[in-house]
Amino acid sequence: MAAAAAALLLLLLAAAAGPGRVGAGRARRDALREELLLSPLPAGDVAATFQFRTRWDADLPRGAVSHYRLFPKALGRLVAALGVQELHLALTQGFWRTRTWGQPPLQAPAGAELWVWFQPTVTDVDKAWKELSNILSGIFCASLNFIDSTNTVTPTASFKPLGLANGTDHHLLRYAVLPREVVCTENLTPWKKLLPCGSKAGLAVLLKAERLFHSSYHSQAVHIRPICRDASCLAVSWELRQTLTVVFDTFSSGQGKKDWSLFKMFSRTLTDACPLASQSKVYVDISPKNKEKELLEVTPAPASVYEAIVQGDKRTYAVYDLLSPSLFNTSRSLNVQLKWKRPQDTELPTPVLHAQRYVSGYGLQTGEISTLIYNTHPYRAFPVMLLETVPWYLRLYVHTLTIITKGKENKPSYIHYQPAQDRRRPHLLEMLIQLPANSVTKITIQFERALLKWTEYTPDPNHGFYVSSSVLSALVPSVIAMKDVDVEQSPLFTSL
Amino acid sequence: MGLLSDPHCRRALSRLVLRLNTPLCALSYVMGLGWFLALAFQPLAPRTYMSENAMGSTMVEEQFLFGERALSYAREFAGHKKKAGGMPVAWLEKTMWSLGLEVHRQPFARTLPFPDETRERYMVKGTNVYGILRAPRAASTESLVLSVPCTEGPHNNQAVGLMLALAAYFRGQIYWAKDIIFLVNEHDLLGMEAWLEAYHDVNVTGEVRSSGTLGRAGAIQAAISLELSSDVVTSFDVAVEGLNGQLPNLDLLNLFHAFCQKNGLLCTIQGKLPRSDWDSLPAYAHSLQTLLLMVLAQASGRPRGDHGLFLRYRIEAITLRGINSFRQYKYDMTTVGKTLEGMFRKLNNLLERLHQSYFFYLLPSLSRFVSIGIYMPAFGFLLLVLILKISFLGGREAGEGQAAPSGPGMDSRPGLLALVPPLLICQAAGLALYCLPVLGQRVATQHFPVSEAEAVVLTAIAIYVAGMALPHSTHRVLAGAGSDRGWMTLKLLALLYLALQLGCLALLNFSLGFLLAATMVPAAAAVQPNGPRVLLAVLLVLATPAATLLLGIFLQRELVEAPAAAGEGWQLFLAAVGEGLLQHHLYGALPFPFLALCAYPAWLLLWNVLFWK
Repeated sequence: MAAAAAALLLLLLAAAAGPGRVGAGRARRDALREELLLSPLPAGDVAATFQFRTRWDADLPRGAVSHYRLFPKALGRLVAALGVQELHLALTQGFWRTRTWGQPPLQAPAGAELWVWFQPTVTDVDKAWKELSNILSGIFCASLNFIDSTNTVTPTASFKPLGLANGTDHHLLRYAVLPREVVCTENLTPWKKLLPCGSKAGLAVLLKAERLFHSSYHSQAVHIRPICRDASCLAVSWELRQTLTVVFDTFSSGQGKKDWSLFKMFSRTLTDACPLASQSKVYVDISPKNKEKELLEVTPAPASVYEAIVQGDKRTYAVYDLLSPSLFNTSRSLNVQLKWKRPQDTELPTPVLHAQRYVSGYGLQTGEISTLIYNTHPYRAFPVMLLETVPWYLRLYVHTLTIITKGKENKPSYIHYQPAQDRRRPHLLEMLIQLPANSVTKITIQFERALLKWTEYTPDPNHGFYVSSSVLSALVPSVIAMKDVDVEQSPLFTSL
Repeated sequence: MGLLSDPHCRRALSRLVLRLNTPLCALSYVMGLGWFLALAFQPLAPRTYMSENAMGSTMVEEQFLFGERALSYAREFAGHKKKAGGMPVAWLEKTMWSLGLEVHRQPFARTLPFPDETRERYMVKGTNVYGILRAPRAASTESLVLSVPCTEGPHNNQAVGLMLALAAYFRGQIYWAKDIIFLVNEHDLLGMEAWLEAYHDVNVTGEVRSSGTLGRAGAIQAAISLELSSDVVTSFDVAVEGLNGQLPNLDLLNLFHAFCQKNGLLCTIQGKLPRSDWDSLPAYAHSLQTLLLMVLAQASGRPRGDHGLFLRYRIEAITLRGINSFRQYKYDMTTVGKTLEGMFRKLNNLLERLHQSYFFYLLPSLSRFVSIGIYMPAFGFLLLVLILKISFLGGREAGEGQAAPSGPGMDSRPGLLALVPPLLICQAAGLALYCLPVLGQRVATQHFPVSEAEAVVLTAIAIYVAGMALPHSTHRVLAGAGSDRGWMTLKLLALLYLALQLGCLALLNFSLGFLLAATMVPAAAAVQPNGPRVLLAVLLVLATPAATLLLGIFLQRELVEAPAAAGEGWQLFLAAVGEGLLQHHLYGALPFPFLALCAYPAWLLLWNVLFWK
C-alpha cells in the first residue's frame, strides 16, 4: 500500500473514494493520467498545479526492459543503470508564501532540490549519486553537476521513502539543495519533452513558457517511485510524476481585477485531451470559506462536483473531464473562468504551521541564523522535525544553539548534528522539537564566516552566499478523521 | 631605505630635524592647510562617473504617471493624520493592504536618557508601518527600502502620498528581482533605529523596546529616504552624511545625479547649486564653501537625514529632500515619481551590493568628488607636524641622556613614575566628563533651578572647565617634578597620544580628524612652560575641542549665509552639546565619547605641560 504522505510535509491525508474512471490503459502495461488543479489562494492569487502521472507495470531495475512506450527512456535507463529506488527533483523559481497562500500542494525550496534513495544493491552510493546528478544535469539543463560533497547530506530522520520500500537505511539516501539555481525556459523545455504528448495536446498545451514565467512562483518537479501494482501488492510498478505549480498574481496582470480564466492565465484554452492519456481532468477548488456562501462562480458549469479532504480541510472541487465528449459539444474549447462573487475580507486565515528564517546581525565576521516556527493551532501541540544544512564556510557554534518558545527554553527530544569539514562537507543539524499550541518557537545559532581562498569565491562575491532552506517535516493535526483511501482512484493531488 | 639604515645619513637627518624643527613644522602645517584649500580646485576634483556596470550604460524608461494620485493620497493621509493626532496606523495598513503589499507594523517605545528639549520628547512611543512588495519569482533574499518619516504637523504628507502612489505602480510591474519595503517611520531617527535593530534582530543601543517578530525581506541592498512637504518642488537636496560621518557608496549619489539630469530636475548638495564654470575665483569660492559645509556636517557625526542609520548595517542610503523655493520653474509629482522610479529600477538591476565606487570622498559639488587618495595628504601634513615635534623631543632627550650620562641622580629619572599621576588624573577627568552629566542629572535638578536637559549640558560644561584647574592640584601629588625633562617627557607622551588618536580618527571620519588636527596641532606643537605663558594659554584654550565646536557652529552659519550673533551662537553651542550626548546614547554616535575620553584628556595633558612648575 503506497503511503499517502506528502513530500516534505507529512500530512494526515484523507480522501473519499471518488468517481474515478478506471483507465482504459489498464490492459496495456502503462498508463498516463493528466490533471490540472486550479486553486484560488486566500490572498486572491491563483495557483495552478499540473500533474502528469505515468505508471508502468514493469520491473525497471532488473534491466529486462528494452521497449519504452509512455515512460521516458532517459529516466527509465537512469533508474535501471544507477540502482535508483526513488528520485525527487524539484526546480523552483520563487518562494511559496505559506503565510498568505496557505500550505502548498507540493513543497519545494527555492532553487534546485534533489533527493534520492538508492537500492540496497548499490555498493558505492556516493559514486552513483555523483553520476546521477551529472546525468540529470544534462537531462534538465540545470547546474545539478555542482552537487558535490560540500552540499550533500544524508539526513537521518527528515525523509522517508514515499514509495514502496523494505527498509529505511539512511545511508542509501542523499539530499542536496542548490539555492542559487535559477530556473527558466531552458529547464522547462526538457521537462515538457518527457511528457508523452509533449506540449502538442492535452493539458500540456497550456504550458507556454512566456506565461508560465510571468508569474509569482514557478516550481517544476519530477518524482519517480515504485508503487504496488494492485491491492495485493505482489508486484511492483513504477510511477513517474511530473508536476508543475505556478502562481499567478492578481495585481501584476489583472489590473486590479481578480477574475480569472484559463485564457487569461495561459493565453490558451483547452481543446482536447492527450490521446495517450487514460484520464484527463481539470479540477477547480470552489470550497466555501468559513461555511458561508460560495465565494467563487465558475463558468462553464461543471459536469460534476467532487468533495475531498486535502491537508486536513474539506474541499469542494468542480470537475471537467476532457475525455467526456459532452464537454466539447457546445463550444470547441474549454475556457474555465473564475469570478469572485464579493470582495474578499482583509483577514486572511493563517495556516497552522508556517516558518520564517533570516540571518540577524551585521558586519562581515559573525552572524546568527534565526528560524521562527509558528504553530497557530488553538489547542493542539505537535512535533516538527527541523533539518538545517549550512555550508562549511559558515562555522556554526553549536553551543550557541538556543530554542525558545514563549520565553522558555524548549529542549529538543532528538538531535543529530554532523559538523562540517572545511571544503568537504556541510553542517547537518536535525532536531525534533515540540511546538506548543498557539506559539512561536525561535531557534537561533551563531556562526562565524570562514576565510575563503580567493578561488573559492563564487562569481559576483559581493552578491553574498546562499544558505539553503531548512526542511520542516510535521504531522499537522487536522479536525477530520482519517479514512481508508483507495489511492489509485482518487485524484492525483490528494496523494504525494 | 638607505637614507634611514645608513648611520651617517640618519645622523644628518636627525640633525636636520633638530635644527630646523620649528620652520619645518610651520611649513608642514601651512602645506597641510594649503592642500586642503586646494581640494576645491578643479584639477584635484575629477568628475563623478558611474562605476557599477549593472547601473550604467542603459537608462530605464520611466512610466510613472500618477502624480495626481500621489497628491490625493497625500491629502487623504493628511486628513487621517490630523484625525488620529499622530500616525494613522490603521489607515496606512488598510491602504497598503489594498495596494497588494504585505503589511506589518512595529510598535516601539524608548525612554531617552534625558529630555530632548529641541524636539520636546522624553518617553517616546510610536509605531512604524511598512509594506513589503514581494518580488515575483525571487526568494526574498534581497530588498530595497523606500522610507518616509511621518513627522508631526503638516510636514511630509506629500512624501507619504508619493510613496503610496509609487507602491501602487510598482506592484503592477513584474520586473522586480528584489523585494521593496515601503516604510513609514514615526519619530524620525528613533523609529528608524528601532526598525533597523528589530529588522536585523540586534540590540546596539540598549533600551529600544519593540515587538520581535516582523516580516523580513532578506539583506537590504540600498535605501532611499524621502522628505517632501509641498505639492510641487523647485529642486532636490541630497543628504549623504550618516552617523559618525559614514558615507554611502558614491555610485548611489551618481545614480541620483544621473536621473536628475535625465529628468531635468535641479539638484543641490549642502543646499548649493553646482556652478557651470570652474575656472573663475567665485566658482572656486563656491565649491570651497560646499566642501567646507560637507566637512563640517561630516565632522559633527550626526546623521543628516533618516538614511544615516542605515549605513551602520552596510546599507547604502541617501536622503532626498524636496525644496520648494521662490524659483519660477516647478516640478510636479510625476517628475519626482519618475526620478524615484528610475532609481529603484536601476537598483533593482544590481547583481551585487554597491561596492565598485568610492566609500570615502568629499564633494565640492554634486558632479565632482575628491577621493581619499587626494585628500589624505592634507591630513598627513598636519600629522607630520606632530611627528616632527615628537622626534625633536625624543632626539633632545636622547641627546641629553648621552651628553650627561652621569648627571645628577635626582634629575635622571623623574620620568615615568612621576608622569603617572597627571596621566591618570587627565583620563579620570575625561571619564567624569563622559559619565557624570547623565548620571548626575537628578542631583543637579534637585539643587539648581534648571531642567534636566539644561542640567546635563551645564554639568558637562562645568566639568570641562573644572578640568582646567587640574594642573595646580596635580603638582601637589608630584614629588621631584619641575625639571625640564619632566615636562618634555610629558609633552612627548601627550603628543604621541594625540597623534595616535588623530591618526585613527582620520581613517574613520576624515573631517573630524582634520578639523581637530587643524586646531589642536599648532597649539600642541608650541606649548611649553617657559615662554609667553599667557599667549600660549590663550592659544591652547582656543584649541580645545569645545572651542573648535563653537567655531565650527559660527563657520557653518556663515557658510549657509545666515550668520549667528554671539548669543545665538552660544544657544546653538548648548544645543549641540546636548544633541551630541543624546546622539551617543540613542544611536551610538561616537564624537562625544571620542572627545570626552580621548581628545579632552590629551588636551588636558598639554594644559598640564603649560603649567609645569
